[in-house]
Formats: sequence, C-alpha cells, structure tokens
Amino acid sequence: MLASKSLRLGAQAIKGLTRVSHFPKSVCPTTLTRRNPYVQDGELFSTTATGTADVENEEKQKISVTFVDKDGEETQIKVPVGMSMLEAAHENDIELEGACEGSLACSTCHVIVMDVEQYNKLEEPTDEENDMLDLAFGLTETSRLGCQVIAKPELDGLRLALPAATRNFAVDGFKPKPH
Amino acid sequence: MLYLRSSSMATLTAMFSRKFSSLTRRSLRVCVVGSGPAGFYTAEKMLKAYDEAEVDIIDRLPTPFGLVRSGVAPDHPETKIVINQFSRVAHNERCSFFGNVTLGSSIFLSELRQIYHVVVLAYGAESDRVLGIPGEELSGVHSAREFVWWYNGHPDLSQLAPDLKNTDTAIVLGQGNVALDVARILLRSPAELAVTDIASHALSALRESSIRKVYLVGRRGPVQAACTAKELREILAIKGLYVNIKEADLLITSADEEEMKNNRIRRRVFDLLSKASSSSHPHPSSGQKELHFTFFRKPEKFLESNDRNGHVAGLHFEKTTLKEVEGSGKQIAAGTGQYEDLECGLVLKSIGYKSLPIDGLPFDHSKGVVPNIRGRVLSCDAAQPEDGLYVCGWLKRGPTGIIATNLYDADETVASISEDIKRKEPTSEFAITKPGREGLLQLLESRMVQVVTFRDWEKIDSEEKRLGSLIGKPREKVTDWRNLLEIAAK
Repeated sequence: MLASKSLRLGAQAIKGLTRVSHFPKSVCPTTLTRRNPYVQDGELFSTTATGTADVENEEKQKISVTFVDKDGEETQIKVPVGMSMLEAAHENDIELEGACEGSLACSTCHVIVMDVEQYNKLEEPTDEENDMLDLAFGLTETSRLGCQVIAKPELDGLRLALPAATRNFAVDGFKPKPH
Repeated sequence: MLYLRSSSMATLTAMFSRKFSSLTRRSLRVCVVGSGPAGFYTAEKMLKAYDEAEVDIIDRLPTPFGLVRSGVAPDHPETKIVINQFSRVAHNERCSFFGNVTLGSSIFLSELRQIYHVVVLAYGAESDRVLGIPGEELSGVHSAREFVWWYNGHPDLSQLAPDLKNTDTAIVLGQGNVALDVARILLRSPAELAVTDIASHALSALRESSIRKVYLVGRRGPVQAACTAKELREILAIKGLYVNIKEADLLITSADEEEMKNNRIRRRVFDLLSKASSSSHPHPSSGQKELHFTFFRKPEKFLESNDRNGHVAGLHFEKTTLKEVEGSGKQIAAGTGQYEDLECGLVLKSIGYKSLPIDGLPFDHSKGVVPNIRGRVLSCDAAQPEDGLYVCGWLKRGPTGIIATNLYDADETVASISEDIKRKEPTSEFAITKPGREGLLQLLESRMVQVVTFRDWEKIDSEEKRLGSLIGKPREKVTDWRNLLEIAAK
C-alpha cells in the first residue's frame, strides 16, 4: 500500500513536469488512424455505412465522451459517430496508447466503460478482442479496447476510465505473460 | 575502411557540436542502453517528463527496435506497428540513436555514468536458460532464441543453418508463445511466409524442410500451458494441420479448476485446447502435417544418433504428475518414475531467455536480472541504490511479458528517476554539467567505432524495403554485419 502511494506521487511528479504533448510534433493523426492492410477483421471497425441519407446525418452527428484518467481527472470530448475511441483520444491529446494503431495486436488502448448500462449497449467483444483483453493490465468486467469501441448515437454521454495500470504493475504482483 | 569511419565520425561530431551549443547548458543528459521496447518507452517517457532532457539511445546492433525486429515472428506484422511510435521518438530533436555501440567494449559502464546524469540499462536478455541435462550440446539442439534470431535475420545468427532436411520430426521444449512461434514457423506453408519479412536464408531452408511433425512438450498439463489464446488460436487454425491432444490429458482436478478460476488466460487457453481435441480426427491422413501437444513430460536426457555422430536422435522423458505447492495455489511437475522416449532430429528449447551481466554492474545470477527496487539498481553489497543507474525491461524483471508490459515498466523506472531528481534538486546536483552526447561521441571517435545514427538506420531501412519490393516482401532484411555497416556508411 505504501509503495503504491509513493508511486502515485511519483507519477504525479512526472505529470507536473510534463510540458511536451503526447507525441512529438512530427506526429500526424492520420498515421495513427490508418487502417492496417494486414488486418483481416478490418470490417469490424469499418466506418462505412450502407444507407445514403443516414450516412450524412450520422457523419454530422457527434456524441459526448468523457475520459477519466488514472488520477481521476476528467476530459470531455465530442466524438463523431463512426470514430473509434482510440482515434478520438489521439485527436484530443488524451494519453491513450495505441501501439498497434488499432490492428487488434496489443492491449495498450484498454479502457474501462464506467457505466454497465453503457457497456451493455456495445456489441460483444470478438474472440480476437478478448485475446488481447486477456493481456490488459487492470482488467475489469467492463473493459474494452478503445480501438474497438465505435461512437454511435446511443453511446452519447459515455464515460471511459483509463486503467491505473502502474499501480497494478508495481504492487499487485502482476505476472505478465510472454509475447 | 578505417579512414572512412573516422572521417564520417568527425563530421558527425562537428554536426552534433553545432546542434549542442544551441541547447541550454542545464540539460539533463540521459543514456538508455538498448533500443528495444523497454529502451524506447523509457526514452519517450523521459523526453515527455523533462523538457531539458537529452536522451541518447545506444545499441550494440546497427539496427534499432530489439526484439520487435529480431523476436516478433515475421507473420505478426501488426505487432511490429509499434515501430512507428518508436521512430517518432527517435525523430524527436532531443533524442538520438547510436547503433553499433557495444557496452563493455565500445564504451564502458563507468564511462557512461561519468558522461551522463542518468543511465538506464535496457539491454534485455540475449542468452538462454539451460536444462543442464546430458546431451544438451548435441548438434540439432538449439535454443528457440537462436532459431528465432535465425529466421528473423539477426546478424549474429544468420549462419546458424539448422538442419531441417534429415528428419521429419522436431521437438519443441516448452509451451509458451515463443514455443508456439517456432512450431508455427516450422509448420506453416512457406508460400505464406514468403510474403513476410522472414530472412531469405530461413525461407529457402523452410522450403526444403522435411519436417512435418512437431511435438510441443510441457512438463505440466494443459491448464498450466504458458501460451496465450491469440497464439494458440493461430496455430490451431493452420490450414490442413492435424492436431493431436490426448483426451486423457484434459481431465482436470479441483486444483486445476482453482487455477483457472483465478486466471482468465489459463481458462481460455484450456477451452481452446479442449475444443481442438474434440474436433480433431483420430488419425492424420497421409502427408498431413502434425502438431502434437505433449503434456506431463520432463526431459531427462538428449539421445544421440547411432548413424550420425554427435547429432540428436531423440529425447528421453520422465512422465510427470502435478503436485500442489502447499498454500500457494500453484502446482509443480513431479516425476513418476515412468519414462518414455520420443524420436526426433531437431530440438528447439523454448524454456526461457537469460540476461547477461557486464563489468561493474551488480547482477543476481540466480534470477538472471539486475537487483533493483522499482528500477533503481542496488549495489552488490548493501541494499543501497547506485547513484544515477537504473534498469528497465527484461534486465529488470526477467524475460516475460508482452511489448506493452514495458510501457508500465518504463513508467515505474521513470517515476523512480523523477523522485531521485526531485530529491537532489535542492542541492543543485543538476547544475553539474555533464558532457552527454558530445562526450560519448568523442570517446567513440577515439576508439574508431563506426556509429550508426537513426538516419543511417533509415538508409538500411530503405534498402531493405527496396530489396523486399523486388520479391514481393515488405522487407528483405540485411543479415550480415559488414553489409549493414556498409549501407549505413553510404
């Protein structure tokens, strides 16, 4: 417990010193959101809809999403319908990692849906997403990968917590699995 | 050649001196040793935490990214996407990469500690655990790491040339994800591998391979298998593969159930194995490739071939049963006194990597890691932290975990660094100017070391992509030290 406390203080100390944005300036958001050519399950997070009139409406529509970081700080953003939470986070400088850039090969964009009702509005995670969630730090019953949660009108008001992974790593005796 | 090296070094130093003078005097000079995920995540977090940090990443190879390049399987391109993020870090104007710089020969730890305020060792685990049983030195017995480095074109092992032509059977010892990787590479159709960045020497050897049967052997049962669901699902899905899992091995005890209850991965892995067992045919059809999951077998000795002197012909196993370690909820393998032999012509030991010690660095030989408290290196005798010396990644916590594990690991090490800096600030320790990059480059120049910068690596990168595009691969790795250095020096 003691260790966890001092570590959190340490994390806050870093935070206080942080002046550089999440990515170096050369980062172009489009490189983060580009679809990966190797992913066969690409249709899972495809944003193309079939209707035409609906598409126009949907594309203009944005929902409100709140990210709560590990220190409890909240950031509310507007996310266009059809966009993944990973992309949305990156467009808004929210510190959500995306090591594999949404290709379902890592667990770094792990988010916790804070409201069970909201969680139930999401489609069930696929086997492939579950395989990655297996490896997520601080997994909960309502954990999802940010790249697989796509904004839709019913999700307006969605609240997502970023897991306090550092604590789990240092204190809870986390046993990582081989890659 | 020497002339070329020293002249390009001089240009380099001049270049950096100019850049250097424009920076503030009170830079925090940081050196990270090792450019794998642990090294790059540490660098990224240090740059983020301190505007005044100047981070140099050194690596003994001319190429960056550590195991993302030489460990991740060629048919897992999506796992390598993280290279994009690491490259953005390397392009940060306060970050430099210096490849072909070996700690312990090009530069020494004591020197780095003099030149830099903070030294973070993240050089991983470049050796292997051994079984310590008779016959381990026979030819045809390799560590999985060697085999992986070979098919991934690591310049140290491009000459390994494992014999895949004189046998139809390979035994893989271990059932973790590395074991599954090497088994999958042996069993997958070479046509599918031909469109990956697998080293061409490995692709040709696999095309001529006569291996059609692979045993994945574990000391314990299916509930304890160390792999994860993704890799298991993948190998079970290989087209036309006959999978054999003995039904009797799938009978579980209450202790097994308890283990699974507490571990989602174990539960999902067991489910996959059970499903694979029930859906498989009783016998392979002729010519079909086979994968056998063999549980409850402990290797006792390697058997030598009668016809091929010094070559492995099989393994002698003791059958095991699970025994609960009281109070821990864990079960270990205990011998039963019954034995069984399995014939094979190739053995890949996938029983774990091991870090290597270096001069002047405290090292825990039994655990194979550097003794540390949350990344602060502890001195040999006392439990006193070494000033300004830190570890991250496998060297810190042992060779387990996924790439993302290093994200949290780096968080922890950088938090320790920050606490120490904060504590020192009142005494103005950071007012002490350290030469950092300039000092490093001067030393390397005096030793005629050809430093490979990130721009030099990008030359190698473009060349590899160009070579790959000629034969329908995303990249054709340059696997020879001299070629790598020549391309870098162009």
